[in-house]
Amino acid sequence: MNKRVERLRQLSLEAKPTFSTERAELMTEFYKKAPQASVPVTRALAFKYLMENKAICINDGELIVGERGPAPKATPSYPELCCHSLEDLDIINTRKKIPFVVSDEARKVYEEKIIPFWRGRSQRDRIFQEMTSEWKDAYEAGIFTEFMEQRAPGHVVGDKKIFTKGFLDFKREIEDAMASIDYFNDPEAYDKQEQLKAMLICCDAIITFANRHAELARKMAAEEKDPVRRMELEKIADVCSWVPANAPRDFYDALQAYWFVHLGVITELNTWDSFCPGRLDQHLYPYYKSGIDSGTLTEERAKELLECFWVKFNNQPAPPKVGVTAAESGTYTDFCNINSGGLKEDGSDGVNECTYLILDVIDEMRLLQPSSNVQVSKKNPDRFVKRAARIIRKGWGQPSVFNADAVVEELLSMGKTLEDARNGGTSGCVEVSAFGKEACILTGYINLPKILEITLNNGVDPRTGKQIGLQTGDVTKMQSFDELMDAYRRQLNYFIDIKIRGNNVIEKLYAEYMPAPFLSIIVDDCIKKGKDYNAGGARYNTSYIQGVGIGSITDSLASIKYNVFDQKVITMSQMLSTLANDFEGDEETRQMFLNKTPKYGNDDDYADDIMREIFEMYCSAVNGRPNMKGGQYRINLLPTTCHVYFGSVTGATPDGRRAWEPLSEGISPVQGADRHGPTAVIKSAAKMDHVRTGGTLLNMKFAPQVLEGEEGIEQLTHLIRSYFKLGGHHVQFNVVTAETLRRAKAEPEKYRDLIVRVAGYSDYFCDISEKLQNEIIARTEHRSF
Amino acid sequence: MPAHLQIYATEPTGVVFDIMRFCIHDGPGIRTIVFLKGCPLNCWWCHNPEGISPRPEMFVRPGRCIGCGRCMQVCSVGLDRSRCTFCGECVRACHTGAREIVGQTMTVAQVMEQIEKDIIFYDESGGGVTFSGGEPLMQPEFLEAVLKACKTMEIHTAVETSGYAKPETIKRIAQYVDLFLYDIKSMDDEKHKEATGVSNKLILSNIRDLSEWHPNVEIRFPVIPGVNDDIENVKALADLASSLKVKGVHLLRYHNAGTEKYGSLDKTYFLTDLQPPTDEKMAEIRSVFGDANVKVLNGGNEYYEQKSGAA
Repeated sequence: MNKRVERLRQLSLEAKPTFSTERAELMTEFYKKAPQASVPVTRALAFKYLMENKAICINDGELIVGERGPAPKATPSYPELCCHSLEDLDIINTRKKIPFVVSDEARKVYEEKIIPFWRGRSQRDRIFQEMTSEWKDAYEAGIFTEFMEQRAPGHVVGDKKIFTKGFLDFKREIEDAMASIDYFNDPEAYDKQEQLKAMLICCDAIITFANRHAELARKMAAEEKDPVRRMELEKIADVCSWVPANAPRDFYDALQAYWFVHLGVITELNTWDSFCPGRLDQHLYPYYKSGIDSGTLTEERAKELLECFWVKFNNQPAPPKVGVTAAESGTYTDFCNINSGGLKEDGSDGVNECTYLILDVIDEMRLLQPSSNVQVSKKNPDRFVKRAARIIRKGWGQPSVFNADAVVEELLSMGKTLEDARNGGTSGCVEVSAFGKEACILTGYINLPKILEITLNNGVDPRTGKQIGLQTGDVTKMQSFDELMDAYRRQLNYFIDIKIRGNNVIEKLYAEYMPAPFLSIIVDDCIKKGKDYNAGGARYNTSYIQGVGIGSITDSLASIKYNVFDQKVITMSQMLSTLANDFEGDEETRQMFLNKTPKYGNDDDYADDIMREIFEMYCSAVNGRPNMKGGQYRINLLPTTCHVYFGSVTGATPDGRRAWEPLSEGISPVQGADRHGPTAVIKSAAKMDHVRTGGTLLNMKFAPQVLEGEEGIEQLTHLIRSYFKLGGHHVQFNVVTAETLRRAKAEPEKYRDLIVRVAGYSDYFCDISEKLQNEIIARTEHRSF
Repeated sequence: MPAHLQIYATEPTGVVFDIMRFCIHDGPGIRTIVFLKGCPLNCWWCHNPEGISPRPEMFVRPGRCIGCGRCMQVCSVGLDRSRCTFCGECVRACHTGAREIVGQTMTVAQVMEQIEKDIIFYDESGGGVTFSGGEPLMQPEFLEAVLKACKTMEIHTAVETSGYAKPETIKRIAQYVDLFLYDIKSMDDEKHKEATGVSNKLILSNIRDLSEWHPNVEIRFPVIPGVNDDIENVKALADLASSLKVKGVHLLRYHNAGTEKYGSLDKTYFLTDLQPPTDEKMAEIRSVFGDANVKVLNGGNEYYEQKSGAA
């Protein structure tokens, strides 16, 4: 990287995340004197107010401009969704992990202006008001989490229209849609009118926001002494006065246009997984090619611009969360996940020169954000996979690797067109999505092992003694393993019903109170339908429930089947009592569960068949059920960091795990349970039908020496290709030694730069909780021999 | 059992002490290694001491023992190794995996089921199966049957051998072997006898024959400081290699990571203080082969291979 990028990168790394009250103050000001208007129009006017009034900055030396907050890493809050209490502010200010600096001034603003206005009026308050007591019981017990209680539905990814159209074009489309509203026959005519009106306001708002940057750049240029920087500022002014109003003219425009859209999306609401340009190499390639061909762009310049662009992502930490949500995904990462490679719309190899350029950028920048992945199709050349493998080997957790062909198949199986499927990819951690056309909403994690605990206790949560589940029967009286499985099935369905009922209410609350007219502009077919993203305007609408702990639940059930029913070495009563005592005084039994019991991850059908059965059970409890937006529910299997939180509410399990320890993550085997090396893990993981999920997450950790030399690159490539041949969806690699991690834990100051792959994203090892640190250390280190 | 394995359901059987998947240093690609028990040599530096005796052995991992005493309760000979009948009671009683009998009698079908698990990885990587030991040629009927079964399944086969076997045994199995990894420990017969317990004459005459007609023979030279790393020996080996139609030579650098296995078997390791050869030494050896126009093969982690038993 050049000097400029080096400096910008360093500034970004050094910038301290702070809690900015700017957005909250502006929103409060606006809503205090909000005009009489429909909800979408009011939301649009609020967005416009933000775009017109928020402080803007052009940081020294930067080429791509615009921040969400008043300065890099100044992170706003969204009180209309979730209003932080003073206590919350004190916690985020002082907590060891993922702190945000809260100034006295900010605290005062909250105390005097924000809290008095929003307390009781936020979306979070509405949601908790509407939830049933069954829902609250399950939520508090840690059976499931709720994504939408403090962040808005997101997981949306941009497509090529952001790179090929301007907002003036979108305005024309919106006006056309307005002109075609059928006021005589369509009962939704007025709703459409208001929604489209709101979108028009948002188009103007984002153009205004860009123009403000153009003006500032011109002003700064006039005052700039350094002639080189003056020219750069003039160029920034030129770019910002052209995009995003108009379609980008070149590579520079394209990046800046996207960046304004990104800021728009994450300012309007704090959508989960922020926002993402999707298949960036595909979108940029035409501009790259024409720039290079015409001599107006060099590879070096393209790289510099991309690297400046990268820094902008890193400047936007995920907004500070509170309560359980902070525990379930405690990270600064906001899950923007850039896709490279894969297939083109026509089904041919999608790897191009921009792909390699982006991989170089990923390699050089080594930033937490944006996250990056490669989409590997059988049609992609090995050179591409190997280039990615060389970066993976460096051990900071990026890029993760996806099976592009499986992603297409998954999307097709959900009813997407072939073209939309091929233009899709993965967002957030591992979730598939038809980019630019889909609202694929993660709604919450579900704690699969906890449901077994409830089943084993006939509906009672032993942690609280409360009856929160169905009375599915006294397990000590059960005659067969199938009887237990049946009880588990009923318990699972019971909780899934509670979750989906809650979701369906929450979806409506978002449709009703929290439309996202800006986001709706760039997601097909919101304009055509005159419908909001949060109300079913997208072409595809999928709701996910993310299963957590497939390894733990499999091993727990395998242990009961093997030890209680097959080998009969322990009775069910003995099992229950040793679990209740957390194996206290019974280390022998625990060791038997750990060492002499079949486990998932070893290519052993005894355990893997149980995994498949649970997978089928979970699939049929969720997949295909309707949501409230005309779409369907679907499962996926990813944990973020929720396996730690879920573990902390789950007592000892029959797999030998002690109470409150983390559960297994993603679809990876229980930490340390896989003892036959990576091929066995891959075989086990591939035994589930990935195509029927919306994404699975497999984590593999290698000591660096396994991947040494050209041979290491070869073998990593082979492992990836083999897993994908078997239909696997995603795999990511941690390449570090346990020893290094232990040292990092002991002396964090020396290892601040150590990035590890956590679960669908990378994080600084020293920033994650001690529990999670221990868990990452424990994850099997695959050795080669 | 799959149909193609039916004929191997009972006979012949072999004694196997481990089957390891995802091995990437013993032949091309991703491989499974089948370790056959029993070896006519007894090398000082042996890193798989549990492979030497053809009989089952009790393997104890003290690090895993939690002192529960369950093994004591079930053992009829008071855990006395010398009177052990390998009844397996203590192994079954042990919940931590601290006790294990190394050396299981397996049918060809059982071994093939394990081998076939990773076919997809062999296909993708150009890998296959490697038979190691011990000395795999100590169990020729069994080895031949498994090799034949592998060829039926189009699986690439490699045999890692000390070469200490009857010429007709080698001839018999060689037609099913795609690659020989052929160990030569020392060119000096006296030294060879001292360090391995046997003469090298048979080993050297076998490789002369084998390399004449088998297209894929690679020599492996374990570099053991003070035993065979003298330049005279290296030169002699390089001369031999250059006179043969072999693909080249792998240098396996001695290391002392596997020595705790001796304790697990109640055996004594005599080279405890021996340090791995230096980088300079390895470079020097490399150049000797270079000068003799013998290709030093890449691949292999340069370290003497060891089964993971003690892990």
